[in-house]
Amino acid sequence: MASEKITSGGKPIAMLKVLNPFHIWALGVGIVLVGEFMGWNFTVGKGGAYASLIACWVIGLLYTCVAMIDSEVTSTVAAAGGQYTQAKHLIGPLMAFNVGLYLVMAYTMLCAADALVVGDLMKSGAEVMGYANLDTKPFVVLTVAFLAWLNYRGVFATLTLNLVITFLAFLSLIVLFFAVDPLHQGVVLQHQALLTDLPYGWIGVIASLQFGMWYYLGIEGTCQAAEEVRSAGRSIPLGTMGGMMTLLVAATITWFVATGLMPWQYLGQAVTPMYDAATLLGSSQLQLMLFVATAFAAIASANGCINDASRAWFSLARDRYMPVFFGAIHPKYRTPYRSVLFLVPIAVSFAFTGLLDQVITFSILSGLLGYTFMTFNMIKFRKMWPLGSIHRGYIHPFHPIPAITLLTLCCATYFATFLGYGASLLSIMAFYILASIWFVVRRYKYVKRADQFTMPWPRPKGY
Amino acid sequence: MKKNYSPPKQGMLGQIFDTVLVLVLVYASLMFPLLFKAAEKAENAAAVAAAAVKSTWESLGQNAIQQAQWIKLGYDPEKAATLINSRFDYTIDPMMLIVTIVVVAGYFMFMLKVSDKQYREVIAEKFDN
Repeated sequence: MASEKITSGGKPIAMLKVLNPFHIWALGVGIVLVGEFMGWNFTVGKGGAYASLIACWVIGLLYTCVAMIDSEVTSTVAAAGGQYTQAKHLIGPLMAFNVGLYLVMAYTMLCAADALVVGDLMKSGAEVMGYANLDTKPFVVLTVAFLAWLNYRGVFATLTLNLVITFLAFLSLIVLFFAVDPLHQGVVLQHQALLTDLPYGWIGVIASLQFGMWYYLGIEGTCQAAEEVRSAGRSIPLGTMGGMMTLLVAATITWFVATGLMPWQYLGQAVTPMYDAATLLGSSQLQLMLFVATAFAAIASANGCINDASRAWFSLARDRYMPVFFGAIHPKYRTPYRSVLFLVPIAVSFAFTGLLDQVITFSILSGLLGYTFMTFNMIKFRKMWPLGSIHRGYIHPFHPIPAITLLTLCCATYFATFLGYGASLLSIMAFYILASIWFVVRRYKYVKRADQFTMPWPRPKGY
Repeated sequence: MKKNYSPPKQGMLGQIFDTVLVLVLVYASLMFPLLFKAAEKAENAAAVAAAAVKSTWESLGQNAIQQAQWIKLGYDPEKAATLINSRFDYTIDPMMLIVTIVVVAGYFMFMLKVSDKQYREVIAEKFDN
């Protein structure tokens, strides 16, 4: 189904259906893989190395639930906007507005963090070559501007680039894993000497769940391309579940290598831990490879984030939840070009604030709020349209266990964020509460009621 | 049959105002936690810096292999002490915890309730008219 959009010229036009499961894999893994190169290690800082491993697997379970739920709902509600469109059809306009904002904020902030990493990496590289104090700002601007240009020109080229560089970045983790001689402890890896007990006890394990999300944050972004895949029922579940498997392997390798090479106190605060790991091995080839791979991972992530944030912003505007000016599609390239361009200066300005931990926490919390929504969404979906009442591209097993598990783990992660980042949590909640009040009082009057339900389904049960 | 709701058209100035307002809210929520953190960070940094003076690998509790890795990473005991002595404080303030729970739960309850009311309007227009 190709839904109709209005271009700037007023001519009805639709986005192109050109993507396959590999592009979906590249979109999901591309956004997330940077998390294996930086950011995941803050779990070590919050609870120690073992806490990080526990967070890796517990949050892996959270994301497996997310992937299962998302695959069913997205393969049924196949439209741009992903979870936003789902909320519109299953919960209501205010929830949809909030979910749209979660997506825009999570991806734009993540894009800003990625651009910062590219800048910092260039500075490190320049230092190795003897150029100290390189200004990172031009690299931040160049990265975002180049990727925005790619996104402006077309989704196929954008995600094909992601497919290539994501695969190369993933490959570098495998090469690093074999380079450390993983079967022989004490030769290169020193887990016996470097792994300590839990430095904060079990409360540290819970606290580490917050940054544990960084191992996988953004995999749910696969849903944003639902309107541009050739077969949503096949491509979305295959690409998303395949992506989760890839990330579980990558996260475990990353933890294993890094904790066997660095003291946890260093690792817990490192900006580019995998590049540091390669540096410790004393091989210039490995160091160069991880330099390039970290840059590729950050670029792939920023690329996917621009793609997803612009689609979410575009969807909000198309439905008049946000100014309708942004709801246009380019007549030639068939991309939401105004949304793409609008988000460029915003991502750059977030990056320029230099508040990396605030930016990351905003991104993580926006994601977490979105996952909490998914639990209500799934329960209502099965209740309002029971199995057999509408066509589903994919049906996830064991319902409602994944939804209940997801809600439980979300609550644990809110508590984890409260431990150490309580003020940020309240501040970000204040943003979403004020934005919700603003939507109810001011924006909702611009929304066409009946247009909020476009699926060819029967009337929902209970309504 | 009830007539479908017809929304007003928003002018360009109104669109600009709404966009800017959302951006202002985002930046405010990014900066707000810094008001709480600035004093706390300065206090912690001073304590950590004081503890770093005259540190040795032994006083920092680092074994031989840990010491070797710190040195490879370019750290001496005094520089490493800043990282080693910097720790999170997980003391729970019960009042803050209760406020946080009320805010998060209240937010979702408000949203589900208002969304349900709006959703009924959507369904009524879509299926009744």
